[in-house]
Amino acid sequence: MKLLDSLRFRIATLFHRSQMNAELEEELRSHIQHRADDLERSGLSRAEAERRARIEFGGHARYKEESREAAGGTLLESFFKDVRYALRLLRKSPGFTVVAVVTLALAIGANAVVFSALNACLLRPLNVPQPESLYGLQYGEGVKGAQSYPNYLDFRDRNNSFDDLAAYHMTRVGLDTGENPTRVWIYEVTGNYFDVLKIQPYLGRFFNPSDEHGAHSAPYIVLSHGYWHSHFQDDPGAVGRTVEINKRPFTIIGVAPPQFKGTFVLLSPDFFVPIVSLEDADTLNTRSGRWIFETIGHLKTGVTPAQAAPDLNSIGEYLQKTYPKANGKMNISLSRAGLYGETFERPLRGFVAALMLLAGLILLAACANLGSLFAARAAERSREVAVRLALGSSRFRILRQLFTEALLISLAGGAVGIWGGAMLLRRLSAWNPFPQLPTNVPVNPDANVYAVAVLLAFVSGILFGAVPVRQVLHTDPYELIKSGSLAKLGRRITFREVLLAVQIAICAVLVTFSLVAVRGLLRSLHSDFGFEPENVILADTDLDMAGYPDDAVPAMQKRMLEAMQTIPDVTSVGLTNCAPLSSCGRLSRSSVYSDTTSDLRPSTVAASPLQFQISPEFFAVAEMPVLAGRVFTSHDDKSSPRVAVINQAFAREVFGSPENALGRYFKIWNGTRIQVVGMVRDGKYTSLTEDSQSAMFLPILQAPASASYLMVRSESNPQRLAAAIRSRLRDLDAGLPVFLQTWPEALDRVLFGPRLATLTLGVLGALGAILSITGIFGMAAYSVSKRLRELGIRVALGAQRKEVLEAALGRAVKLLAFGSAAGLLLGILASRVLASIVYQATPRDPLVLAGVVLAMALLGLVATWIPAQRALSIDPAILLREE
Amino acid sequence: MTDQAQLLPGTLDLLILRAVSLGPLHGYGILLRIGQISGNALLIEQGALYPGLFRLVRQGLLKASWGTSENNRRAKFYELTAAGRKRLREETANWNRLVSAIGSALGAQPEEV
Repeated sequence: MKLLDSLRFRIATLFHRSQMNAELEEELRSHIQHRADDLERSGLSRAEAERRARIEFGGHARYKEESREAAGGTLLESFFKDVRYALRLLRKSPGFTVVAVVTLALAIGANAVVFSALNACLLRPLNVPQPESLYGLQYGEGVKGAQSYPNYLDFRDRNNSFDDLAAYHMTRVGLDTGENPTRVWIYEVTGNYFDVLKIQPYLGRFFNPSDEHGAHSAPYIVLSHGYWHSHFQDDPGAVGRTVEINKRPFTIIGVAPPQFKGTFVLLSPDFFVPIVSLEDADTLNTRSGRWIFETIGHLKTGVTPAQAAPDLNSIGEYLQKTYPKANGKMNISLSRAGLYGETFERPLRGFVAALMLLAGLILLAACANLGSLFAARAAERSREVAVRLALGSSRFRILRQLFTEALLISLAGGAVGIWGGAMLLRRLSAWNPFPQLPTNVPVNPDANVYAVAVLLAFVSGILFGAVPVRQVLHTDPYELIKSGSLAKLGRRITFREVLLAVQIAICAVLVTFSLVAVRGLLRSLHSDFGFEPENVILADTDLDMAGYPDDAVPAMQKRMLEAMQTIPDVTSVGLTNCAPLSSCGRLSRSSVYSDTTSDLRPSTVAASPLQFQISPEFFAVAEMPVLAGRVFTSHDDKSSPRVAVINQAFAREVFGSPENALGRYFKIWNGTRIQVVGMVRDGKYTSLTEDSQSAMFLPILQAPASASYLMVRSESNPQRLAAAIRSRLRDLDAGLPVFLQTWPEALDRVLFGPRLATLTLGVLGALGAILSITGIFGMAAYSVSKRLRELGIRVALGAQRKEVLEAALGRAVKLLAFGSAAGLLLGILASRVLASIVYQATPRDPLVLAGVVLAMALLGLVATWIPAQRALSIDPAILLREE
Repeated sequence: MTDQAQLLPGTLDLLILRAVSLGPLHGYGILLRIGQISGNALLIEQGALYPGLFRLVRQGLLKASWGTSENNRRAKFYELTAAGRKRLREETANWNRLVSAIGSALGAQPEEV
């Protein structure tokens, strides 16, 4: 209370400063007048009396100042004076100011970005009421959170710990609103889902348990606000409309509120449907096969997760005992809803923590650098400080002034950093690297992020502001003014130098990494995939989604192929269950056995090749070189003997060598014999960094797949081609959902990891480089300014430019060379790690080595340029006269 | 003037409180009153009074208001607040204890030790 009062008083006095000054002035004048009155009475003339009174009064200005200080309010006042002074000083050295602000902005911006990722993924709970009591069930072993529908019902009805339990499952369906049929991500949810989450509809109504009447009942859709906005243009009339999901009619009954984006942070659905509406009775009644993604609910008031676990485990035991065939042992625990427990939360936590650590190190390094910059500045100003001390200024006042300067820099840096970070985050939030997968990581900065950034700026200001404190406290004005030089020259290695060397080493590692990554990325873009993705468009279709029974699929696929061939300028058309390097998610491995094996067990497996189910034209469209034998024809169908085309790796693994593979047989899981009729070159199938993997290609007529890519090769404009493909397919079946992309676009997703790694490493490398520059600059500038007199004497005694530079910057350059060498070595040793992410990452590449050396040399040159200029421009005459 | 004693640090505030306790005074009046009650035995530079006054006002021991002086001039008058009166009592007691302690210490005779 007292503190508050005094603060209010101070602020009040600050605002009434001019009034107070006037009053003080009047009071002192009144005093002098009264004294003069008395003196006049004793016989002096008025003028003489006033003169005497003024003299007797003493130091008018001093007492005025002291009175003002005694009345309070001067702290703020002198603070503003400090700020003005600091601003003037900073304006006088714009280079220093810019370097300091930029350094700090980068460090704080990096921290803000990383922290908001942490905030979004781990701290900010799901946007639902009472998120703190919302838990998900983890059943232990294998598919941790997943459960079958009957088991879920038992958990829901038999537990005593939860208010209620809901379950949801993410899936992809074909949606037909009468225009372009599309494929969308949805949540299948239990009827009580919205009740359990305690959410109110934005429009219309939500479905609830009373809507459910067994399989295929309750054909209702609740749209997410985002999908309603983007696909129904916020039209309230959307509610009540009937649309088709997988060819069956559903009614839109409501829209979810805008802030609700599902209960799994990594995937927000386009809409929600009841689980019973989409699944058939068979699926709903099967107890084995845990397929429903997660079970969630609010714990009853007062029940802790630890208390709930035994209750749930007893249900688990009951289920195991009652249905031993369907259920194994369950070891149930609870985890916070939203991140699917250990599966995602733990690695995410680790990743973000590592990032946070890295960002923290960067901030620390930035503080260390700014600290040495400030120390250098304080050393340059040591004479000014000495003069102020000699004139009676308190050390406290001088320190306060230095801190004001540091805080100004840190706040400016913080502001710029936050601004830059916010811009970046806004882009990141809007950015969706996987067009087919609506990830929703809302990394928008919120109040937390801003608060943390401001706090960091403040703390770092204090940190680096504190570096020159000792220097100022130990300044001896008499010695300094007498001798003009600061201290003896240190020959021993200081802590600051070690820090700087370590930092340069880290920077060199980062620069090495980023160069390696960039080079690897460039190489991977031009590497040999074993096929030619350019000029091919992939049309992803799923006939199952469009309601085709299995036996109708081949005929429809044939019609689709024929329809594509009617498009002008189309060179070739093919069909495959999955195009290589398209991350389609449908590529599977199957076990194969050698022909002589009769006992088909896991231990006798000869190879586990990737399995492609293709139409005969596939190899021509993909331009996959056939090395030997033949490709398929339309006669390789159900009625003819099973055949396969294999790649070289398959031949090596199963038949020992590629030479004698042709014509031989192998067996698949059910014992069917398949004859090898052709062989293609190895290629990349799932990632760019993979070693050659075995693969087999089976005729789609013998190994059917309802979900497939139509591959269309054409030299013509991709947009026009895409439009033509779309219209042809619509002519065939207007209700068929299609996803079109060019093959290179699909490749982009495979490249996403390496690209992100390259980008991150690049950014880190740049940050490290900038920090090294400021670090070396700070040290070099400091050593030059400390030794100006010595250098002047050397110049006067006839030292050459080279010798002056050596004396002034030798140490900084040595540090740089040592740090860089260590960093380069470390980078080479550590790049094995990189090789797993970036294609052909090797730093033993002369270009990379040369690049690193060049980069570090450039950094050194940039950083020492200004101090070197300063050392060279020393005029001994002026310097010696001055000091 | 030469036989005036230097003020001990911290005693000016006490003197101001005492002077004002006899009735509201303006700054110059306080100086005169201190001279009067101390028998002009203390050396106080006139201006030094004001930082003390402002300090006491800020501590809530004095309150100030503008008025007209006996010379018919505008002046700021100071008077004790309740807190000031209390403080004066305490400080006076303290001072007396100190004086008697130091007095008896300095006046101690060899045989008393």
